[in-house]
This record gives sequence, structure tokens and C-alpha cells, in this order.
Amino acid sequence: MQVIQTIPNRGRMRRRKRAWREARRLLPIYALILPGLVLFAVWTIYPLLDALVMSFFDWNPNPAASSTFLGWDNYTKAFADPIFWQAFGNVIEYAVVTVPGQMILGLTVALLLDRKLAARGLFRVLYYLPVITSWVVVSFIFAYLFSSQGGLVNWLLGDNLHVIPDTTTWLGSTTLALPTLMVLGIWKGVGWNMVIFLAGLQSIPNDLYEVASVDGAGSWGRFRYITLPLLRPVVAFVTVMLVIGAFGAFIPMFILTQGGPEHSTETLMTYGYNNAFSSFDFGYGAAITYIFTAFVFALSLVQLKLLRTKIEY
Amino acid sequence: MNVPALSPAAPIRRRSRLTARKILGTSLIYLVLLAGLVIMLTPFAYMFGISFMPNIYILGTPPIFIPPHPTFDNYIQAWNGNSFGQAFFNSVTVATSATALNVILAASLAFAFARYRFPGRTVLYYTMLATMTVPSLVLIIPQFVLASHLHLTNSRTGLVLVYAAGMAFSVFLLRGFFEELPQELMDAASIDGCGVWRTFFRIALPLARPALAAATIFSFLGNWDEFTWAITSLNDQRLYTLPIAIQQFQSAHTTQWGIVFAASTIAVIPVMVVFLIFQRHFIRGVSAGAVKG
Repeated sequence: MQVIQTIPNRGRMRRRKRAWREARRLLPIYALILPGLVLFAVWTIYPLLDALVMSFFDWNPNPAASSTFLGWDNYTKAFADPIFWQAFGNVIEYAVVTVPGQMILGLTVALLLDRKLAARGLFRVLYYLPVITSWVVVSFIFAYLFSSQGGLVNWLLGDNLHVIPDTTTWLGSTTLALPTLMVLGIWKGVGWNMVIFLAGLQSIPNDLYEVASVDGAGSWGRFRYITLPLLRPVVAFVTVMLVIGAFGAFIPMFILTQGGPEHSTETLMTYGYNNAFSSFDFGYGAAITYIFTAFVFALSLVQLKLLRTKIEY
Repeated sequence: MNVPALSPAAPIRRRSRLTARKILGTSLIYLVLLAGLVIMLTPFAYMFGISFMPNIYILGTPPIFIPPHPTFDNYIQAWNGNSFGQAFFNSVTVATSATALNVILAASLAFAFARYRFPGRTVLYYTMLATMTVPSLVLIIPQFVLASHLHLTNSRTGLVLVYAAGMAFSVFLLRGFFEELPQELMDAASIDGCGVWRTFFRIALPLARPALAAATIFSFLGNWDEFTWAITSLNDQRLYTLPIAIQQFQSAHTTQWGIVFAASTIAVIPVMVVFLIFQRHFIRGVSAGAVKG
């Protein structure tokens, strides 16, 4: 900043000049971000707000017809709807199993790979393949592997190990369909967890481990007192992302079980979607997805609060 | 190895025991990793094997995946049925245009967020981050309503716009990169009379090539695989993208797994090739988000 002796009535002119200069500085910046901002506002922010508005109406998809304002009715209807609660429970179950499942397996693979190994890069790439493969494709592969007649899983567990009948129906059973989808979810996610944890592990300075070794820490001690605490920010990130992902699970349920049998694989997503696009109750569908969004958002904040602390080393 | 040699006699025996233990440990690690790999890859082996298998062998006992009499029939049938070739073309055009739009717009936002102060910067950036917690499915009901008002349902443009708008993650990824560019570079550019736009296009973008590569791959894979918006907004078979075409195949030929998996293989191969070529950038991109958080 320049220090300038100002004469009082010149001050206003100077201020105006400065405002003008500031506007000229800002103009190209806003011009640069405008196209992206418009696209984002139109297709993300506006729909988010629109869904909120919709959720208070008996919303009519036909723009010519008017919609009836319902107040909180769609929300009270959801809270009194047994299928809503069943879907909610399914989603919680799915998250409780798949989130730790993926994290533990992913971290295990990352720990095994976090050393000098021949073919380390190859392992990493191959474990990652399910992550990049379309949900539609992997869902059908799993439907095939879990076929009741002649599927690989029934052949292995039924014909060879005799732990289950060799004609077990997986996706058609109210008790087994959701666990089958959980296996799919975990299988598809392990690679992502591995990559993130591996990066986290590699960001831990090596001297810490050396100091700990000199102090007589064994490998468990090093893991417990160095690796885990220092991985905490990564664990926080992964947990939040996985919980969001688990709660948003949709495609396998949608294409393999349609939420069935008897709503045993219904999630808030499939239920909201079907209310909107099969029963054309857009308002109710929007309310269901909104309850869910609010819940996930709050949960993310709580997780970040709990898991994220500054770590100094 | 830094095993301290304490006395001249001891180290030899100790070292050999250590290496024996080490070899055992390493082989155990390989064994566990390989076992895991079998589980990760078996499903792909089945997809691939069965796509070459004549229908009579499929779902026989034991469930083999190496076809006894390999054939291309499934591929020929898949490619000719359900306008699959058209679907492939649709996927290519939609995914590439959406990716290009997504990355260039995300880069402009990320650059401004990272290098300039302007009113609204913090609010905008955190709003974008917050929308990452919203599953895309929540947006689909209102997006569908909006698209039908704008006559963008049943249109490739509608797909491209919605895919490109899902740019929060690209912005997040690229902002981290632009933040790390040295300030001297920015100062030098501004002394040389480069405005915001020139600095962005001439200096920042060329330097950001690795980060742009990562953002491009992420965006492309997401757009190539996207299912939900496509199935919601399209009902004209000529506009279907690959995931929809595959799903239609499966419901049309429930028991003809050979055709379904031939179609799946055609859809998966480009993704795998892109991933294998760029995996270094890709994996760096995935981890950058997490570690910097």
C-alpha cells in the first residue's frame, strides 16, 4: 500500500477511483468463472432447491396443471410409512456392513503393499479394476455368479463344501438378497480404499518408524501407535465418502432386485425413485430423498467433527 | 539392512536366520495378495470367458470359464442387436463432450478459487464441496423436471449438460494443484502484462497438464459408466448409451448370458485401456484428494 497524504475532498475521488480499479480487477475473474458457475447453478443448485419446494406439494408433473400445497404432509407421510422405515433400515444395515468391510480389507491390502515388492504396481492396478468398471456390468456379473442353478457360488459352497444347499436362491430371497448386494458393494470398493490408504501410508515419514523401532516397538506397536493415529485424517475422509456412497447405493438394487423381494433390498433411493417415476408422486419422492440428504449431510458433519483433529508431527 | 555387527562370530548365523524369516514373510504376503487377487479377478474371468462361450455350456456344472469351443457368435449378435453399435457411438460422443466441458469449466473455477480473491469465493467453493455429499440420485427428480421444461429429455445435449455440471470433484482436485503453483510465476505473468485470462490459458493450463489428465480420466470414466440419469431421461432406443443398452439386453435375453457379457466386454474394454494407460495420473489424482483433504 502506498501512503498518500490526502486532502479531504480529494479522498472521495480517490475512493471512487479505487472502487473503479477494483471493479476492473474483478471483472475478468467473474467472466472467467461465469460459464462454469451458470452450469453448476442451473443443474445442481437450482434442482436442489426445486426438490425442496416440490417436497411440500402434491406436485403435478404437467406444467399446465397446478400443484397443491401440502405443507409437511409428504414428510409426515414418510415418517408414518412402514416401507420408508424398512428402506431406511436396509440402508443403515448396508452401510454398517459395507463401510467397515471395505475399509478393513482395503487397509489390509494397503499395508501389505506398503513395502518394496516386485509387481507392486501391478497388484495395485488389478485390485483397482472393479472400481472403474460400470455398476451395471458388475451387477450382472454378480447376478450370474450367484445364479441359483449352476452359479459359481452355489457350486463352490453347495456342491463342494456343502455349507449351503446347491440350489440356494440368493437374489430372490428376502434374507439373502441384501447380503449378496453387500458382497458386491465391498468387492467393488476395496480397490478405492486400498489406493487412498496406500497414499496415506506413504505420507507418513519413515523416520518415525525408525525411531519407534529403536525404542523397541514391534510391528503391532508401530501400527497401533504410529500408523493408526497418523492415518486418522485419511480414515475420516474415507469414512465420510463411503457413508455417502453406501447411502446412495442404487444401481445394483434397481437393476437386479428392484428393491425386492418384499422390499428387502429397498433403499431410500430406490423407494424415492419409484415414487417419482413409477407412481408419478414427485412430491413424495422428493421428500424421501430430501430427508435422506439432510441425514447424510448431518452425518458427514458429525463424522468430520469426531474423526478430524489436527495432528502434528 | 542395518543389522549392527556386534561380534565377529554372531552376525552370520543371525543374518541367515533373518533372511530366512524375511523370505517366509514375503512369500506369505504374496500368498495373501494373490488370494485376494483371485477374488478380485474371478468375476472378470467369467465375464470374459462366457462372452466367447456357446450358449449350451453356460451355467453347466462345474461352472467353467474357459470356453471349450470359443466362438465370436455372441459378439456378432450383441453388436447387431438392439442398435448396440449406435449405443457405442452415443457413449463415445456423450462421454467425450461432457468430459471436455466438465474439465475446462472446472479448471476455470478451480484456478479462480486458488489464485484470486474476490467476493463470494469462499461461499461458492464450500457450496460446491457440500454438494459432493449429495448423491446424484437426489438431484435426478428435479433435474428431470427441469430438463422436460427445457425440452432436454430424450436428448444427448441433456446428458452432456447434466454430466458436465457434476464438476465439484474436478474443481476440488484441480484447485489443489493450482494452489501449489509458485506465486513468483503469477507475479511474473502479471508484470509481463498478462491478464487473468492470458495467465489461465497460457501459463496455468499448460502447467496443470498432469492434474488435467487426472480430472479428465475421472470425469470420463464417470460419464462413460453413468446409468441413472441416462435411463431416466432417455426413452428413444436410438439415443441409448452403453449401460442402458446392456441393461436392455439383459432384460430381453435373461438367459443368454453370452450375449450380455459380450456386450459388457465391449463396454468395459475402452475403460480398462484408458485406465491402464493413465493409471499413474489416475492413482495420484485419487490419493491427492484424500491426503490433502
